[in-house]
Amino acid sequence: MAYLELQGLRRHFGPVVALDGIDVSLDTGEFLSLLGPSGCGKTTALRLVAGFDRPDAGSIVIDGKNVTRVSPNRRDMGMVFQAYSLFPNLTAEQNVEFGLRIRKNKRAVRRKRVAELLELVGLGHAGKRYPHQLSGGMQQRVALARALAIEPRVLLLDEPLSALDAKVRVQLREEIRRIQTQLGITTLYVTHDQEEALSISDHVAVMSSGRIEQLGTPSEMYGAPATPFVAEFIGTMNRLQAVVVDGASGEVQHGGTRLTVDAARGRMKGERVLVLVRPELLELEPSIDGDRGENTLTGDVITHTFLGSVTRLKILGRETEYIADVPTARVDSLPIGLAVNARVPAAGTRLLSLSEEPASDGSSADS
Amino acid sequence: MRRRWISPSAVVWLLVAAAFFLIPLIATLLFSLRKLETNKCCSGAAYSLIIHDHQFWTTIRLSFLLSLETIAISLLLFVPTVYWVHLKMPRLRPVLGFMALVPFVVPPIILVVGLLNLYRGSPSWFYAKPYGFLATAYVILAFPYMYFALDAGFRSIDVHTLTEASQSLGASWRTTLMRVILPNIRVAALGGSFLTLAIVMGEFTMASLSAFNTFPTYIQLVNETQPYEAAALSLLSFLIVWAAMLALLFVGRGRPRPAQMAATR
Repeated sequence: MAYLELQGLRRHFGPVVALDGIDVSLDTGEFLSLLGPSGCGKTTALRLVAGFDRPDAGSIVIDGKNVTRVSPNRRDMGMVFQAYSLFPNLTAEQNVEFGLRIRKNKRAVRRKRVAELLELVGLGHAGKRYPHQLSGGMQQRVALARALAIEPRVLLLDEPLSALDAKVRVQLREEIRRIQTQLGITTLYVTHDQEEALSISDHVAVMSSGRIEQLGTPSEMYGAPATPFVAEFIGTMNRLQAVVVDGASGEVQHGGTRLTVDAARGRMKGERVLVLVRPELLELEPSIDGDRGENTLTGDVITHTFLGSVTRLKILGRETEYIADVPTARVDSLPIGLAVNARVPAAGTRLLSLSEEPASDGSSADS
Repeated sequence: MRRRWISPSAVVWLLVAAAFFLIPLIATLLFSLRKLETNKCCSGAAYSLIIHDHQFWTTIRLSFLLSLETIAISLLLFVPTVYWVHLKMPRLRPVLGFMALVPFVVPPIILVVGLLNLYRGSPSWFYAKPYGFLATAYVILAFPYMYFALDAGFRSIDVHTLTEASQSLGASWRTTLMRVILPNIRVAALGGSFLTLAIVMGEFTMASLSAFNTFPTYIQLVNETQPYEAAALSLLSFLIVWAAMLALLFVGRGRPRPAQMAATR
């Protein structure tokens, strides 16, 4: 039986449907990220779990007990907020101690726990400082320690890193994961940053318009998006509109190009589909005398974008633009203006029925 | 280390401002120090007469206690109200702001006549006592000062996040208000309190029309009959207000303020 269950949660704000019936189950010690764009309902879901808001329908069950109508101060949820939420009148130590004082723990117990937690978040030296004397990253560490101090049943994190700079964000997210794993605490994490969600979660739920589009492991979400929205939201994807030509052999027609895609096997002839290809799966070769191999898209390199170990190339094809990632060391052999062939692998390609996708004029590369 | 340069024009403006405030005070001081018999400087007789007048002590005590009562009632009424409006009903903020302007717009003389009519027939322990009727009138009079001070205080903190953080840690509404919200609007509450103190210590119209003998009515009485003592009294009331402001500075100094915190974000 799951430790935390959200069952059919619905929430409306006037005519706006913030949550349209979401179901989530978390086992003890599991780390689930709710990922989605602004307004998708992820923070609403978290606030319902925290008890700051009440659902119109559905229930929240923790360890077999329905807590839907329990007030937030009786739920034993530790929460880290997006905004800096430390009490400005208290030092870092006093902030961490706050929940323990509310629970009337003995002074010696409080002191020991506060020291342990400040050490755990790497701020053993900063306990006497007031919030305004701490950097943003330090404040969020103290907020994490404060949330953990009460030994919460579930740890809730509402975009806790969004106000921090990139370097601190990466550092702190790794620390959050380390501490969560070390303490084995069940965690619900809200973010709009796919990289953040994929890098630290056991499972990720991608949300859109108040619904969960797909829930799975980070690798499933990246490698096997179940809907066009997830494919678009997670990572960067070439989206090729095509029509199934031969379901037996897996042949599809994309503009003037025939492609063989394993995922198209068994599809009905004439079915409109969306072929999804990750940029790193496209194999680029210079086109010699207009010669093109099988399963290949053609076009001219129009831009280079340096991303570190790889460089992203934009290719203007006959039908649309494609993007491909190549090792940076190779990029000199693929200069801007060069005609290239981009081989689409038959095996690593996903296929979605286009009936799930709103009609559009052509294919595209989304990031 | 570079010396900080103050421009001559700034010095001139400072001197003008200082003269504007200090000349009347110095004149009042010199006037209050004149000898009763010769009308010439210098004697502390006016101060001695005031200090030995039991009416002085009775009225100043009454006004001071009325100030404390007004401050206590105002804080008890307005802190939870403004907190709740900021947290749950932000749309009501303009309504409260408008209501708070009413005591500015309606002159005290009209306000007190209206209140006297409104409360006529209420029990004598309320209507005939300064700690009942007059304190109520002063709460209304001090409403704008207390409200706008508190409103500014609440706007300087993230009420929603602090409240939710406190509740997630197990605190009740009362604990949240007392241990989290109040300490962080302390300076605003003190500001409102001392403005209220200054207003009540100097309020004449309401006290006079409702026939209560407070410190300002005593000053007026002295002013009509004993000019040197009246000047001494005016200086004493200035000192009371200054002491209040200094207390505010002293209490609010050296603690982290939300504005400081916001600056680090």
